[in-house]
Amino acid sequence: MKVGVVTFPGSLDDADARRAVRIGGHEAVALWHGDDDLKGVDAVVLPGGFSYGDYLRCGAISRFAPVMTSVVEAAGKGMPVLGICNGFQILCESHLLPGALIRNDHRKFVCRDQRLRIERVDTPWTSAYAAGAEVTIVLKNGEGGFVADEPTLDRLEGEGLVIARYLDDNPNGSLRDIAGISNERGNVVGLMPHPEHAVEDLTGPGTDGLGFFTSLAATIFA
Amino acid sequence: MARYVVDVMPKPEILDPQGKAVHGALPRLGFAGVSDVRQGKRFEIELEGEASDAHLEQVRQMAEKLLSNPVIEDFEVHAQ
Repeated sequence: MKVGVVTFPGSLDDADARRAVRIGGHEAVALWHGDDDLKGVDAVVLPGGFSYGDYLRCGAISRFAPVMTSVVEAAGKGMPVLGICNGFQILCESHLLPGALIRNDHRKFVCRDQRLRIERVDTPWTSAYAAGAEVTIVLKNGEGGFVADEPTLDRLEGEGLVIARYLDDNPNGSLRDIAGISNERGNVVGLMPHPEHAVEDLTGPGTDGLGFFTSLAATIFA
Repeated sequence: MARYVVDVMPKPEILDPQGKAVHGALPRLGFAGVSDVRQGKRFEIELEGEASDAHLEQVRQMAEKLLSNPVIEDFEVHAQ
């Protein structure tokens, strides 16, 4: 499968994401923020970093990058889109996912190996996991606090759209310990921790993140 | 030239860690009795031509679409 990874000015984890895509068994295709051509990819990853310097709000400027017009359109047709960290922020700013991400409640940047529970496993990004699987994935963010109004939070939980939840300590003040969510269809997933940094024993806390990239193989496209 | 101001503030129910940090620093500088601090953003926008309702509406749309995020922020627009 061809998986596009978008590079915005200020993206940091695009190279790691492309590498994780390859380790997951796919062809990684570099996509450029200023180009609306998705180069025929089957799925898109919006990587972590500080696109446009996080000016205005995290993800607020990236949302209007030419590539995002194509990503939003493709997502509407069911293309799998995964936003990691800054990518999650961009998906929320693009209204592909509800809610927003604000500065960590303790006001410090946090960087650590984070335990998570994977809760929704019928998405193209999480189907490799068993429901309720507990995994450890790298987390690093300054503005990772997931917020939404109460009806939205109730809807996310009621419809089973929470894909991952923080275990042990909540690292950033995210409401209801939410680490990641999906849209109703499940093709669009946003996740604050970084599975692309947990795909090899040598360079991470383990390989628990690999499932986000191997899940795609089992996805059947309409 | 018409000038407009957009004030963007975090919604009251949204945690404002930056405001909290400023609030925490004020007593250390000797400012007593500060009960709360909220931090927002102010945009000053200049448009060509005379001030008009159409301009004001245009700035309101800018505020809705880009300058604020309605999930976490409220905004106010006025002519200066």
